[in-house]
Amino acid sequence: MARAMGLRRRIGFTFLAWGIGLIVFFPIFWMLLTSFKTEGDAIASPPLLFYAATIENYLEVLARSNYFKHFMNSVIIAGGSTILALIVAIPAAWSMAFSPTKQTKNILMWMLSTKMLPPVGVLVPIYLLFLQWGLLDTKFGLTIILMLINLPIVIWMLYTYFKEIPGEILEASRMDGAVLWKEIIYVLLPMAVPGIASTMLLNVILAWNEAFWTLNLTAANAAPLTAFIAAFSSPEGLFWAKLSAASTMAIAPILILGWFSQRQLVRGLTFGAVK
Amino acid sequence: MATAHTRTLSRLMIAPSVVMLLAWMAIPLAMTIYFSFQRYNLLNPSRRRFAGWFNYEFFVTDPAFFAALTNTLVLVGGVLVITIVGGILFALLLDQPIFGQGIVRILFISPFFIMPTVSALIWKNMMMNPVFGIFANIAKSLGLQPIDWFASVPLLSIIIIVAWQWLPFATLILLTALQSLDSEQRDAAEMDGAKPVALFFYITLPHMSRAITVVVLIETIFLLSIFAEILVTTNGGPGVASTNLTFLIYARALLQFDVGGAAAGGIIAVILANIVAIFLIRMIGKNLEA
Amino acid sequence: MGSIRLESVRKVFGDAEVIPGVDLKINDGEFIVFVGPSGCGKSTLLRLIAGLEDLTGGKVLIDDKDVTGNAPAKRRLAMVFQSYALYPHMSVFNNIAFPLKMAEMEKTAIDKKVRDAADTLNLTDYLHRKPGQLSGGQRQRVAIGRAIVREPVAFLFDEPLSNLDAALRVNMRHEISQLHHQLNTTMIYVTHDQVEAMTLADRIVVLNEGRVEQFGSPLQLYQKPSNRFVAGFIGSPMMNFIEGPTAAEHDAHTIGVRPEHIIVSKKKGTWSGVVTIAEHLGADTFLRVECGAIGTITARASGEFTVGYGDTVFLTPDSKKTYRFDKNGRTIGHRPQQADTTGNQKTP
Ligand SMILES: Nc1ncnc2c1ncn2[C@@H]1O[C@H](COP(=O)(O)OP(=O)(O)OP(=O)(O)O)[C@@H](O)[C@H]1O
Ligand SMILES: [Mg+2]
Repeated sequence: MARAMGLRRRIGFTFLAWGIGLIVFFPIFWMLLTSFKTEGDAIASPPLLFYAATIENYLEVLARSNYFKHFMNSVIIAGGSTILALIVAIPAAWSMAFSPTKQTKNILMWMLSTKMLPPVGVLVPIYLLFLQWGLLDTKFGLTIILMLINLPIVIWMLYTYFKEIPGEILEASRMDGAVLWKEIIYVLLPMAVPGIASTMLLNVILAWNEAFWTLNLTAANAAPLTAFIAAFSSPEGLFWAKLSAASTMAIAPILILGWFSQRQLVRGLTFGAVK
Repeated sequence: MATAHTRTLSRLMIAPSVVMLLAWMAIPLAMTIYFSFQRYNLLNPSRRRFAGWFNYEFFVTDPAFFAALTNTLVLVGGVLVITIVGGILFALLLDQPIFGQGIVRILFISPFFIMPTVSALIWKNMMMNPVFGIFANIAKSLGLQPIDWFASVPLLSIIIIVAWQWLPFATLILLTALQSLDSEQRDAAEMDGAKPVALFFYITLPHMSRAITVVVLIETIFLLSIFAEILVTTNGGPGVASTNLTFLIYARALLQFDVGGAAAGGIIAVILANIVAIFLIRMIGKNLEA
Repeated sequence: MGSIRLESVRKVFGDAEVIPGVDLKINDGEFIVFVGPSGCGKSTLLRLIAGLEDLTGGKVLIDDKDVTGNAPAKRRLAMVFQSYALYPHMSVFNNIAFPLKMAEMEKTAIDKKVRDAADTLNLTDYLHRKPGQLSGGQRQRVAIGRAIVREPVAFLFDEPLSNLDAALRVNMRHEISQLHHQLNTTMIYVTHDQVEAMTLADRIVVLNEGRVEQFGSPLQLYQKPSNRFVAGFIGSPMMNFIEGPTAAEHDAHTIGVRPEHIIVSKKKGTWSGVVTIAEHLGADTFLRVECGAIGTITARASGEFTVGYGDTVFLTPDSKKTYRFDKNGRTIGHRPQQADTTGNQKTP
């Protein structure tokens, strides 16, 4: 009797959850669907759920725009800023986790506080400095900026992961004759692989989707996909199919990455405040 | 663990991060403060001179500033309410036994991974277009007059888009908190005769309070700086109906090239964000101790 | 090769003086055990010797060379940690080989040394496993293997057996003892366990609040404790301490009698009391006896001695084995029963 009630409840919740889930997901689903329509089908009224699928839009986006270049820009900027941030952050996190001083906590707090500086507060000088240094619309300039805005999160996440590694193991390696860089490369990093991986994931996702600096500091040359897609907003949109195809290609890598790593992301997203 | 040797090394290893972040934070901020006291327009750079409080006065007395400030607060507040309430409900739902839980989770979480420009454009065109959009079609099929979203309720439209993007974040965090609730505690309360509603208000909600605070504060920081969604949908309009502080400063700086005015606005935005940041730092600081 | 000397070693953490000043001279090849209550500074002292912590004051000398400022790796010491501190991502082979790789030893030489060590420690079948796939005792052996391949001048052990179950502990204790006889290398061993201390040590250092209370052979500590702390700490069950008029009769502030030095009778004796607990262990029976003004006394009787809760018994302390302590807890006038055989005592 209770079993049957439990099952009924479960079926009820299943319908409800799937229903709401599909509504939440609908815009993405619709974009995917539209990307395989002809432009005519895309604006058909009433909207078409079944139609003759075509990959025309994808081919056209690839052929007529510089999609591939912008995709590579995104890869280079998101990947580059992540790697740079890790290189700078790993030593810092080691230092805070395994050799803390009285100031360690304050330094961490201060680092996180830089994350709260609104970008418009420094937009003007950064823009002018970039103008002067010839960094506007360069991948290098943007990579540096994205590294800096994500650095505090990277340090914080690594710090929380490193803290879970027992210090005795590092001490053992020191007794065994490992100098510092060997201690880090042969002992600490291999043990911290899961933590480093989820830190990288979160950072890549944040950098890939960053849409303030990428829109303001780039033009035709260094624009990553965020800026490339933004360019579709100008003509009062009757190219939905092509927009959808381009958008699908822009979000697919990160969406899939996100699906696989959602559980690991929670910790980074909340600075470890919710476990 | 600490010998003088490792301590010296440890200072050396933390130095690059500290120096970089210091440079990133201090130098541009100092420049912004400096510019905010200059009359400086890139269209006319030779006529640069000290301006005193002029830029601030000009920025603050501009009717657009008041509108932008209100819009910013309405945007942040609206999105927060939707995402927190929705997030709690969704988290409670996802915490139930469901067939295909993994896939449902993925459905709920997906919007978070969509870049802001893409989600804004999907909504603007395929959802909210007054003629061909899904909403318009639904309205027509029900015999109603379709709404011209971005013309008649621009700020609400943007709130909907942004809330859609941030709802997964709130859901994910709150669900994680919910799942960490000790089931024995719930059982004990049930044994004590607590009804489901009482259970929610006396056990579940207090348990989630910390996660809720985290969601509020982190979202606030990002929501204060909403930019791309406005840029690709309304461009701040009609008029200034959907202009927030970030967008207003952007328009001053990169559309009107008014460096001084934009800098003054930037400083005001920093002060606003700082008020929020103080709360966040306090809270995370407490968590560090816990 | 392998003598260690501490000269006025001092350690302060923040404003807590953990080690106020320790002098110690450990001879080459000796097995030294540090015992003392939790938090008394045993690990700290060991880590100071290892170089994992800086000294606040004083000197550490190994083979008469001052190594105070040297990095841990340069001291030619090996350490076995309580948590084993194995590298979880490396196989057993690589764990043992790690110190040799750090010393940039040749590959074939590493291979040989690791296999030899594995042989000695019965680890040959496990060389390809990760530490996570080993039992506690095997992990312990890997940690020891990692220590011996370096051929250190001394081994440092920090409670190496405390994570093992009772039976395995006895086994590993014997193995460590055997290892010491094989290698003849200096070993410093920290433990909580009296049995480990008494059975393994050539000499024991009893620490209390960072001070050396006594340094001597196990029997010396048992027979001639230099103060009340050592008398109470060494020996199990603990020595009985009696104050007041009874002690005054012996011209002392406190007198101490070990449970095994009390004769228990059902008929007559010096003190009488009521049994509150009787623990029959088979070979022995331990009694807790409520003796009125004298207090509660623990006494050992033979296994056949049958009494129960509430029975009245009579206790007679062996007057030749009664210890006397002054107001500050120092022992008054030893009553030697047996000549000291170790010959290298040093009582601060
Ligand atoms: N890094 C440190 N910072 C501050 N205080 C410390 C530190 N390490 C140890 N202490 C303090 O020094 C004292 C001695 O610690 P230690 O670990 O040496 O004790 P122990 O004798 O090994 O204890 P146990 O038997 O419990 O292992 C303790 O009071 C401890 O709190
Ligand atoms: Mg210890």
